[in-house]
Amino acid sequence: MDVVLSPEEEAFRQEVRDFLKEKLPADIAEKTGNGFRISKDDHVRWQKILHEKGWIAPNWPVEHGGTGWTPMQKHIFDEECALAGAPMVIPFGVTMVAPVIMKFGNEAQKQRFLPRILSSDDWWCQGYSEPGSGSDLASLRTKAVLDGEHYVVTGQKTWTTLAQHADWMFTLVRTQDTGKPQEGITFLLIDMKSPGISVHPITTLDGSAEINSVFLEDVRVPVENRIGEEGKGWTYAKYLLGHERTSIAAVGRSKAQLRKLKSIARTELAGGRPIIKDPDYARRLAQIEIDLLSLESLVLRTLYAESEGRPVGAEPSFLKIKGTQIQQGLTELLMEAIGPYAAPYQPEAFRDDGWNEEPVGPDYGPALAPLYFNWRKASIYGGSNEIQKNILAKMVLGL
Amino acid sequence: MSFTFTDDQRQLADSIERYLADKYGFEQRNRIRKGEGGWSRQVWKDFAELGWLAFPIAEEHGGLGGSTVDLALMMEAFGKALVVEPFIATIVLGAEIVARADPERAAEILPQVAAGERLLAFAHSEPNSRYDLPRVSTMATESDEGWILDGHKAVVLHGDCADTLIVSARTGGRDDERDGITLFLVPGDAEGLTKRTYPTIDGMRGADLEFDGVRVGLDAVLGEMGKALDIVEGVVDRASVALAAEGVGAMQATVDLTTEYLKTRTQFGKPLGSFQVLQHRAVDMLSETRFAHALCYRTAGLMDSVGGVERARAASMIKAEIGRAGKMVGEEAVQLHGGMGMTDEMAVGHYFKRLRLIDVTFGNAGHHLSRIVDMA
Repeated sequence: MDVVLSPEEEAFRQEVRDFLKEKLPADIAEKTGNGFRISKDDHVRWQKILHEKGWIAPNWPVEHGGTGWTPMQKHIFDEECALAGAPMVIPFGVTMVAPVIMKFGNEAQKQRFLPRILSSDDWWCQGYSEPGSGSDLASLRTKAVLDGEHYVVTGQKTWTTLAQHADWMFTLVRTQDTGKPQEGITFLLIDMKSPGISVHPITTLDGSAEINSVFLEDVRVPVENRIGEEGKGWTYAKYLLGHERTSIAAVGRSKAQLRKLKSIARTELAGGRPIIKDPDYARRLAQIEIDLLSLESLVLRTLYAESEGRPVGAEPSFLKIKGTQIQQGLTELLMEAIGPYAAPYQPEAFRDDGWNEEPVGPDYGPALAPLYFNWRKASIYGGSNEIQKNILAKMVLGL
Repeated sequence: MSFTFTDDQRQLADSIERYLADKYGFEQRNRIRKGEGGWSRQVWKDFAELGWLAFPIAEEHGGLGGSTVDLALMMEAFGKALVVEPFIATIVLGAEIVARADPERAAEILPQVAAGERLLAFAHSEPNSRYDLPRVSTMATESDEGWILDGHKAVVLHGDCADTLIVSARTGGRDDERDGITLFLVPGDAEGLTKRTYPTIDGMRGADLEFDGVRVGLDAVLGEMGKALDIVEGVVDRASVALAAEGVGAMQATVDLTTEYLKTRTQFGKPLGSFQVLQHRAVDMLSETRFAHALCYRTAGLMDSVGGVERARAASMIKAEIGRAGKMVGEEAVQLHGGMGMTDEMAVGHYFKRLRLIDVTFGNAGHHLSRIVDMA
């Protein structure tokens, strides 16, 4: 039970720190620090810097451009990036579709898609959920009918994150209506410039539009863009869900958020003293620190089990639930910290193209209430926390 | 970092669990705790012969030099079986204090402890001190041939049966001052010592001790005069991790019992476990246990390599966590057992009681959260 970093791990941490200090653009770090939106250009700029260094895809095998890091190195890297204010690498390409292409795609697909994912020349989005298919994803109805060398796809996808920027969408479509619902699903890669696709923003509680409805009307998708076999899409999607799930715990990001929370709580006054000195607030803060430390402990243990080739099992479901509870708890304390200055709605202050006026209230204020409302999503997406509990009840408790 | 147990550690845990599965089932434990003295001399003798009493004691004092992680593994196994023998009083507290305070005396006392021939208890808390370790009012007054002790020690774990009591008393300073606390070795049958002994609500044994002009010799002083608090805090922090590990074991057993009950008990023509509302509650219990386990062993791994505020903070975090999580798991387990959960005949309630008493031993969750806040 060796629980402190080895000298090699410490040296690696320093190497990552030095890199971030030198290469992370200050304007981007400032935006993330204030909770402002990161534009597509910012994301791509940062991801290309990571690509140049060879650090864009730590989860990939080395032969495809991965880093060959140990689980601990990956964990350190994520944490340092978050603490330095680096934007999160958009997961849809590098983390989500790429492992599926590597595992189930053909040679032509690998050569066509993987390099452009690595270089961030293609932006991907995920076309899974539909208006009638949320937690019960296998009931999806977007239809793909074979017509010569094309599938003709018609239907509606929803909650499609950042689809407005996307060049490609990996999609689950229905190619068969008979049998078990899981059996008629096919995994397609769809060019977002195809005729018949329209993307409509959905405004969320925080006033932002990071998610979309994607309408598909007789969209012609070449058969060569199908991953693996027709009707096996559910298996591929499940493989994706089982891949790199410890990252869902977002320990690094929550640590960064905690640090920010403490700094704000030392500034904001309540009863004439910093709110961090308020006994009730301070205790809730201490509890969330304990939760985060527990979460990190289980993440590390899971990473080590993984690296020793032991099965990870249902552990990611525990991590998802706890991780998202912590993320939400932090945004709750952040919003609470600024008291009545949670009220002014100032979307201009966190536009991704900047705003030159002084916000009402403290500089860090305008983003906090939106952040709280935005992060209610965390316990809903990626398999709602209730779905995770169903999985755990079945897989671990045998109920 | 490695975050894994060694093969030796796995074997240690396995051997303890095997012994307890054989000798310490729920019915056997009931007979033991209701029998003479409230615990089993035979089991204690077995522990000594199997080397488990010696395990956490340093090698230079005749022990096997186990780490805090080893100790946690032992305590986890004890927690699963709800062991009532005086392991915490004698080994986790008593032996550790002696070893840290006074290496010379340790060389004399600890081999006897490891052999199972001497029982210790730590008499520190007082009726008005609650969980504040510096708050000691018991007085030690110097006399011609030694010291005279006067005061009241509260809820001394296994204070009824200890051969030797380790008693903290003021030789200087105000009631809550860090300086001026000294440790004394007092025979369990000293003249002027009145014991009110009782079973505790979780089936262990305790005593309130009245010291009324108890005379001890100059050689009763353990360690340095007036400087005991740092040692006491260090030992209590480590004991908090040990208690947390015991709690983790009790939580795991509780989750197992509850899951089994949900699978076998039928209502409305189907097993309780088929109801989603109960499944989710059972998963919440399991989740609390899983995270507490991970934090507990991370903390145990840290205890032997850090000191000061870092050690104190880590210990308070796991103690606060086990208090909160243990309460949740225990309460939920009783609820999911329905009426049967209320009965003394079911094991689940016994785990629940132990989990609640672990919380009130050396600081409950609220106390430790405040301690964390004060350290910030």
